[in-house]
Amino acid sequence: MNASMKFDSSKLLPLVGPLVLFLLWFWVVWAKLVSPVLLPDPVVTLEHLFVSVIQGTLMDDFWSTVGRTMKAFLIAAGIGVPLGVILGSSERLYRSVEFLIDFFRSTPSSALIPLFLTIFGITDVNKIAIAAFAAVLVILFNSAYGVMNARKMRIMAAKVMGASRLQIFRDVLFWESLSQTFVGLRSGISMALVIVVVAEMFIGSEQGLGHRIIDAQQVLNVKEMYASILAAGILGYAMNVFFLVCEKKVVHWAGK
Amino acid sequence: MEAAVRVKDSLPAEPAPAFVPGPPGTHITLRKLTKFFAGKPLYENFDLDIPKGRITSIFGPNGCGKSTVMNMIAGLIPIDGGQILFDGKTLRETTIGYVFQNYRDALFPWKRAIDNIRYPLELAGRSKIEIERRVSELVASFEVKFDLVRYPYELSGGQQQTVSIMRALAPEPEVLFLDEPFSALDFEMTLFIRDKLQDIFMKTGVTMLVVSHDLEEAVYLSDYVLLLTKRPTSVSEIVPFTAPRPRDISTVSDPEFIRVKAHCLEVFQREVRR
Repeated sequence: MNASMKFDSSKLLPLVGPLVLFLLWFWVVWAKLVSPVLLPDPVVTLEHLFVSVIQGTLMDDFWSTVGRTMKAFLIAAGIGVPLGVILGSSERLYRSVEFLIDFFRSTPSSALIPLFLTIFGITDVNKIAIAAFAAVLVILFNSAYGVMNARKMRIMAAKVMGASRLQIFRDVLFWESLSQTFVGLRSGISMALVIVVVAEMFIGSEQGLGHRIIDAQQVLNVKEMYASILAAGILGYAMNVFFLVCEKKVVHWAGK
Repeated sequence: MEAAVRVKDSLPAEPAPAFVPGPPGTHITLRKLTKFFAGKPLYENFDLDIPKGRITSIFGPNGCGKSTVMNMIAGLIPIDGGQILFDGKTLRETTIGYVFQNYRDALFPWKRAIDNIRYPLELAGRSKIEIERRVSELVASFEVKFDLVRYPYELSGGQQQTVSIMRALAPEPEVLFLDEPFSALDFEMTLFIRDKLQDIFMKTGVTMLVVSHDLEEAVYLSDYVLLLTKRPTSVSEIVPFTAPRPRDISTVSDPEFIRVKAHCLEVFQREVRR
């Protein structure tokens, strides 16, 4: 056997946590610490998740949540990144709107759901609009900070080579801000997902994981509820990993 | 009193003082240069002539503004008064190159080394053919033995500083500024880059201005060592060092080198104690 075939057991470490959680869950159910009406057995839950994916309608709900989240995210990124970079390139401009950004960034977006309801009514547009609103400020503020904290040395290097303000903006500031922008994009998409799921629960909808979760809860179909929660968790996690991978590819110089 | 004020008001804006050129062979002229820091003058009516086609090192006590004066000449720090001209031209009309102390923060890590070198040529609006011709010219004269298609962070410190110098020289600058170009390098790379610079200087004769914190380095490389006083800064002495080029290890043990270095040190210590 050559050395590369040797099994590296430390690679299994990330599996320890989930395994312990499932054992704990199993034990709680087995010892009847919680009524099975409130908490189904983990194997049954996973099985239900699997069956819902294969035979049921879970994927329809999953994709409609993905669709709304992506739409909201794309709108937010399309507005947030350029606007953030512009605001960040003028410290005076940013300082004059900083309070507004920080105020609305600190306001729980879910508090604005009724307001958005009165504007957009019970529509899909409403869910996307409020999620986009929640994400745009996080993205904008991160991009702006990325530009403001750009290394002065690189700006000076471009300046001394005769770059105009526009060229410095395009060739230096934009790139310098990318790392921070990705932090914003990742927080932004998480935020959008949170708001979309909440909106699906409370703003009448036919599809979506939020809708599925609350429907299951209403009829005490706990298997269905837990399976849908897991599906939502998988979605959130996958989105985060996707952005981390993109970030590594695009901002290849980060930390080097 | 009031009348005097009125007279002054009605006068046209003070005419720019007549330009006083330096002696023959002067490249950069500083006239009545003034710069304040925190309300105190760092430079006040500072005059200086920097010779053309020579290497001039700037040396002086801490806080005298060695880098500041260079950055003012290079247009990186605004001046509060006075005039800086290159052969009578303004900075805008002059092509300059600048090598920073910290190559890591000065190169663009999102561009490959070779694209970093191309960048100033692109800014100057050169054609693709011209850019490639110039880059291969640089590669040949630097005898580059590493892969320029790599990103800067994949290169060693010395290689990165080599790329910085190539980038600075790409647009064929009239003046090359170097701000402590060796201080972030290890000894081996310092020797290498120092001789590379001398080599480039002998090939091109570009005017070089070097800020240094190492006296031996400054004397070794320079035709003139500019010794500055404590603030408010003035010129203490301009010490020539005329040893023939290429200079090498034997230069360092040459009696003239030792004499010039000792003299510079003496002037420096006198300034520090003052």
